[in-house]
Amino acid sequence: MAVSGLLFIAFVLAHMYGNLKAFGGEDSFNTYAEHLREIGEPMLPHEGALWIIRIGLIVALVVHVACAVILWRRAAAARPVQYAVKKNTGSSLSSRTMRWGGLTLLVFIVWHLLNFTIVKVNPSSGETGDPDHNPYALMVDSFDLWWMTVIYLIAMLALGMHLHHGTFSSLQTLGWTNTATSRARARAAGWVVAIVIAGGFALVPLSVLVGIIEK
Amino acid sequence: MNLTLKIWRQAGPSDKGGIHTYQVQGISEDMSFLEMLDVLNEQLNEKGEEPVAFDSDCREGICGTCSLMINGEAHGPEVTTTCQLHMRSFSDGDTITIEPWRAEPFSVIKDLIVDRSAFDRIIQSGGFISANTGSAPEANSVPAPRDKAMRAFNVATCIGCGACVAACPNGSASLFLGAKITHLGELPQGQPERYSRVVDMVGQHDHEGFGGCTNIGECASACPKEIPLDVISQLNKDLRTALKNGY
Repeated sequence: MAVSGLLFIAFVLAHMYGNLKAFGGEDSFNTYAEHLREIGEPMLPHEGALWIIRIGLIVALVVHVACAVILWRRAAAARPVQYAVKKNTGSSLSSRTMRWGGLTLLVFIVWHLLNFTIVKVNPSSGETGDPDHNPYALMVDSFDLWWMTVIYLIAMLALGMHLHHGTFSSLQTLGWTNTATSRARARAAGWVVAIVIAGGFALVPLSVLVGIIEK
Repeated sequence: MNLTLKIWRQAGPSDKGGIHTYQVQGISEDMSFLEMLDVLNEQLNEKGEEPVAFDSDCREGICGTCSLMINGEAHGPEVTTTCQLHMRSFSDGDTITIEPWRAEPFSVIKDLIVDRSAFDRIIQSGGFISANTGSAPEANSVPAPRDKAMRAFNVATCIGCGACVAACPNGSASLFLGAKITHLGELPQGQPERYSRVVDMVGQHDHEGFGGCTNIGECASACPKEIPLDVISQLNKDLRTALKNGY
């Protein structure tokens, strides 16, 4: 759970950095997108590195979800009778919503891949397949719709909360928070990772909506 | 003060159980929570009803026998055991809901009493140091670094009450496990069995049916002995080292 989670953190950090290329304009963004397919050439085939990353992410996702299902089932089995009254006094909201937050992210990832990778649905024109091979235009068309931006912002809230607890929790699971100081640092790392990544991601759709990024 | 009590009543392990409501009058704020329940039981005895069964022993906060989920908090609103909780923590007219610890391995024996022998079996699986019996060794013959000794002593305050399990949304006993692993693993005497201990105790914990830890932290805030969350990190670190070394 912790190791696959840390892989995801590395991935979303790189993904967020790539998205910020949108502020560099159409050429900058599209060149970056094209370059992702050329990493490692000619040693690797076209899209070779991209597929290695994709396979790694799919394996990490399977591991992450499998661990989550096991933990969820164990938790349900360990408390068959619920409390009539139960207060939470020492835990963050994000730590208690990891499972539902994770499911929200899973649903979002399915839509996100349909939107930008697999089917490339352009929600403003209804076109699919991105015939002009212009990811920048597809991105701007998507986020020009307010409800698309809202969907993405909700997903980023879910992502931020998941990362807030997930970062701390992975460090604790790996046994790296053995003192009060290291525990406080791991908690702080959770906040930094959550705000930088979810905030960085949210900048792009917000900027498209208000017109800072346009075609 | 006058109080309304909503108490879980269950005649035996196979009874379905349910919440019953009682009124108590004239409770002094200087009474402990258990003395307040004693007053209720006197009333029930006078009326010929079955008194409420609950666990208690030392009534001075050191034995770990008392339990009770009070208004959704293990051992109630203060950082102490139920026997050391006093009625001044409540106000006149309050409604107090009292439930047993809820966890599959802690089955209800009667009313508010649960069977915590799962903890004993976890200790039996490795929570000890094997030593030849005989006269006590000279204390300074095995030096222990001060910081390690202090950490061991601090977590050795765990009284095995089960509040961590009761408070955990996953029903995990990781704080209890972590306290024992840290306590014995920090001291020189605990080293020979350090890594077989963690594997065996985690194995027994899972076998008993406790849930898995997701580092939520409700356990540490419920612990009457303020065992910190970092003992779970220590548990994970020792388990990782043990598995790496083939235990």
